[in-house]
Amino acid sequence: MTNFDVGAAAARRPRPISPHIQVYRFMLTYLMSGLHRITGFFLYFGFALVVWWLVAAATGPNAYAAFQWFIGSIIGELILLGYSWALIHHMLGGIRHLIWDLIYGFEPADREMLALATIIGSVVLTILLWIVGFLAMGGPR
Amino acid sequence: MSSAKMRTPLGRVRGRGAAHSGTSTFWHQRLTSVAGLPLTIAVIVIAVALLGRSHAATVQILGSPLVAIILLLFILNTAYHGWIGVQEIIIDYVHEEKLKLLATIGNVFFIFLAAFAGAFAVLKLSFGV
Repeated sequence: MTNFDVGAAAARRPRPISPHIQVYRFMLTYLMSGLHRITGFFLYFGFALVVWWLVAAATGPNAYAAFQWFIGSIIGELILLGYSWALIHHMLGGIRHLIWDLIYGFEPADREMLALATIIGSVVLTILLWIVGFLAMGGPR
Repeated sequence: MSSAKMRTPLGRVRGRGAAHSGTSTFWHQRLTSVAGLPLTIAVIVIAVALLGRSHAATVQILGSPLVAIILLLFILNTAYHGWIGVQEIIIDYVHEEKLKLLATIGNVFFIFLAAFAGAFAVLKLSFGV
């Protein structure tokens, strides 16, 4: 994926760089851009949690009980809450990016609407998911 | 790409960005994000359906063909998506070449470890050996 063998030509001519975080005025679209990256980075490590879940299930009842104990603890539940919100927020942010890729939603009002929909939608959907989750926990086995 | 043969070596490498790999990662990131939408929703449904179930019931459901296929696709797709995403973060924030090399290696190792472990677990659950 990455080739570190930068040629002599690249060494002579500095590569073009884009302005960094501090030059932009703070606004909602800026926050959503940052959150998309931060949630993505968080989900990268959350992926290990999904793998742990599957490996524990494949290993046996004791390993699975250990996973269930961790995910049922306060810290585990907080991580799961953060993971589920990050997952939903990153999905909605991804949809926003796909809309932009199709060259829609670039007007100021559209951008604001998409940014608001991402943050409000992610919070609402996370709450709904946890309500469904709690109902599933209490439901018949 | 037959046109590649007509280009000079400098012309071929110029403008390929910090990853030195052109726009293919951009396209793959979009591809895996589109695939990730239905796959992730399906995995959320599976996870919620398994909440509070016993180990025996969980193993049976996770190993059933449709669930296992969805999980395998989710693991491979997510691993590749995360690989590209974190590589992009490394390119943006890690400027020291040796540290960048180290982070890149770490990214590849983590992704392969997670993807292989997850895929192996699903296959074991499926075939029950």
